[in-house]
Amino acid sequence: MYHAAMQDKRDVRIGKDLVAASAMPLVLAILDEGESYGYAILKRIDELSGGEMGWTDGMLYPLLHRLDRLGYVEARWDSPEGSRRRRYYSITPVGRDALSEQRRQWGVVAGALQNAWHSLQLANPGLQAVEG
Amino acid sequence: MAMQSTFDSSIEGQIREWKAYLVRRKTIHNADIDELEDHLRSEMSELGAAGLNGDESFLVALKRIGGVNELSREFARERSSQLWKQLVLAGDTVRERSGSEYLLLGITICFAIGAALAFKLPALFGIDPFAPDNPDSTGNGDASFYLRNASLLTLPFLIGFLAWKRELPRRVVAALAVPFIAAAVLVNVFPFESGGDTEILAGIHLPIILWLVAGVAYLGGAWRADAPRMDFVRFTGEWFIYYALIAFGGAVLTAMTLGVFAAIDIDIQPFVASWVLPCGAVGAVVVVAWLVEAKQSVIENMAPVLTGVFTPLFAVMLVAAILGMALTGNFVDADRDVLLVLVLGLVLYSISARDSTAEPSPMDVIQFVLIVSALVIDLLALAAILSRISEFGFTPNRVAGFGLNVVLLANLLWSAWLLADFLRGRRQFVDLERWQTAYIPVYAAWATIVVVVLPFLFGFD
Repeated sequence: MYHAAMQDKRDVRIGKDLVAASAMPLVLAILDEGESYGYAILKRIDELSGGEMGWTDGMLYPLLHRLDRLGYVEARWDSPEGSRRRRYYSITPVGRDALSEQRRQWGVVAGALQNAWHSLQLANPGLQAVEG
Repeated sequence: MAMQSTFDSSIEGQIREWKAYLVRRKTIHNADIDELEDHLRSEMSELGAAGLNGDESFLVALKRIGGVNELSREFARERSSQLWKQLVLAGDTVRERSGSEYLLLGITICFAIGAALAFKLPALFGIDPFAPDNPDSTGNGDASFYLRNASLLTLPFLIGFLAWKRELPRRVVAALAVPFIAAAVLVNVFPFESGGDTEILAGIHLPIILWLVAGVAYLGGAWRADAPRMDFVRFTGEWFIYYALIAFGGAVLTAMTLGVFAAIDIDIQPFVASWVLPCGAVGAVVVVAWLVEAKQSVIENMAPVLTGVFTPLFAVMLVAAILGMALTGNFVDADRDVLLVLVLGLVLYSISARDSTAEPSPMDVIQFVLIVSALVIDLLALAAILSRISEFGFTPNRVAGFGLNVVLLANLLWSAWLLADFLRGRRQFVDLERWQTAYIPVYAAWATIVVVVLPFLFGFD
């Protein structure tokens, strides 16, 4: 669903399709660490990806909406002592289920890719040297 | 809020302008705009701490948030998952014909005229129940032809229009033609007794099947997913409203025209009855579909109002009816199926118009009352039908009525359950949406049974 939107203008190192596909599990995983809000979630994504998974910042919010609609997260407005009113998100049990299902699926994909690349290296030993 | 980070007044002014611009776009809700503003300010504070001045940090933060067009489109898609909202947004995400509004209108009119001509085509073969000098004065044979075939003559043009507009691949169009051809063969080959119950039932239920087939065309072939199906429900509701409006306007126009010509002693009634009314009614099917798509933003404001007005009224009416039945012991026999179908339609339409992320509101309670009272009436109807079946045996009408009430009962029962859970905060509203969209094939299945199986069971009586 997230097409061109997630492509970052600053740093296009990860393909936009990959960013789009991984956006949901990534956000759910971050919320699994604890309640958070939009800006902090983006900071955390930067941290986790070493800044390589750039998003167009605004696109996080429609995604959070979708997660809310699906019942994966819960949102509440709060204004902590002396700061702006802010919308905080926390993961729900349904969201945790979705997250673990996503983990399983990504595990399968990652495993398949590992295997494929392993056999590629066996067939073509030169590749490893180039990559290394 | 002491620590509220504020920037100097010119920057604050720019932030206000940016917010006002988003508000004017209307696709992003105010709460979301506040959230984006919080984001913008957080980013700006951090950039400011890194040494950028106010203007610079505003520009950089704005750029990182992303283009307003992209953002509104993404919000519109997520906020309501309403396919049609994207249609009115600038963007390239939906497969839509480009070209001017006039071209689209022209093509629409061509399809409408095609439908009208096809509808009158049987007249060439002497089947014309609309003609005043029809020798078959009761019009039985001809009328029964139209009873069976009206939707078959009309809806292909609606599908053609939608297929053209969505640029459906030929494979899909061919697949959509299959049910039409099958239905055309069946209803004309079956040896129906003219004017018999099974024929009338088939005539009533066939359009339901074909309309759902048109739904597949409306959704561009993507009928399996839940959210788009809801778009089709919304389309159906809006199509119905627009059609009623246009029919009302058409009736007024016709009455005036007849009056004017009667005053100058020209009898145009035969022409109106055999051409203007049937062609207008059929052509409107396509034109209204175009209108619904073209004027989405109008309806977007009307739908919540309409459901907001009629849900309480229907609820009051049903509760009053139940009280009346309880007091008098009489059960209104006639039209209660029509009533129940109407109530379910209203429920479906208001679900489709509702923001699925909103918290429970008093309107949801009223809707719950509506559903529960419809449930009670449905149960009473079922009991009445069952007692008549056990007393007088099966007839096509009783079986069709029984089946319809069972289909409605299952839907209402589970809807009431889901809605009760939602009101108690144990469920998301989206579950109710999913249930309704998942149930749509059941209507198609039941209608197919009535059209195809029932005539055999009752010997085409």
